[in-house]
Amino acid sequence: MPFGIAVFAISVSFGVLAHPLMGAVAPIVMSILVFSGSAQFGALAVLLAGGSTAAAIAAGVLLNARYLAMGLALAPSLKGRALSRASFAMSTVDASWAAASRGDGTFDPWYMVGVSIPQYAGWVLGTVVGVLIGSRLGNPNALGLDALFPAFFIALLFEEARGHRRLVAAGGGAGIALVLTPVLPAGVPILAAAAAAVAASRKRS
Amino acid sequence: MTAIWIVIAALALSTAALRLAGPLALGGRSLPPKAMNVVELLASALLAALVVVETFGKGGSLTLDARVLGAAFAAVAVWRRAPMIVVVLGAAAVTAVARLLY
Repeated sequence: MPFGIAVFAISVSFGVLAHPLMGAVAPIVMSILVFSGSAQFGALAVLLAGGSTAAAIAAGVLLNARYLAMGLALAPSLKGRALSRASFAMSTVDASWAAASRGDGTFDPWYMVGVSIPQYAGWVLGTVVGVLIGSRLGNPNALGLDALFPAFFIALLFEEARGHRRLVAAGGGAGIALVLTPVLPAGVPILAAAAAAVAASRKRS
Repeated sequence: MTAIWIVIAALALSTAALRLAGPLALGGRSLPPKAMNVVELLASALLAALVVVETFGKGGSLTLDARVLGAAFAAVAVWRRAPMIVVVLGAAAVTAVARLLY
């Protein structure tokens, strides 16, 4: 339940910030179909900065590449038919995946679904509320809402960048973005930060 | 607006594919260790880049404005393990007040 409330606060922010660019329906559809905060905020940030469609998609895909690693770790714990395994796999989000880990390399799939369902409800409902609030707000920047982007990414980064190599990747990504933002089109410096992940992967942990 | 629907469709499909690939397609196999190492580090690198761009970026250049104070509040609040609602509302409030005063 605490996850559901945190997710609600984040998705209200997403609805409010997405509304000026995407209108009322698209942010809600996006939350229903994508259900991934980092990809949705990342793609929205690129689009709002004037980045291309391709850059927005690429940023979202790279941010979600971790689901591939999470799915590979989860796979041996899923039994039964393909449809049942697929249903469990689709419920993967960061918090529920981490909560379902038994610590010995196996996962409790029902526990993961149990954590994911309230999060999904909070995510979609929050987006609806955010869009409704956003449609009544004036200038979002006067209310400081543009600061929600860095705030949200800082919160995600804090959870993600645990351990030496991840910190190195984060430091490198930040440096690349700082250097390239003045010289490359919007969105591209964020994609270029992937080079820091490649470089950090060669360090021993 | 078409561009937005393309982004939504592409991210819906790619996110589902990434969630399903391990449990369905790869059938117990794993990726080469080198590839796995990169995959596990991508989110850290991109999130840090997004923090920088969203804190300092403005139309293709770097700038210092009230967002920096909001982001600084958020960093301290996250570090002190404040609830998400405090992080979000606090960052916006600090930025809005800084703009009012400035």
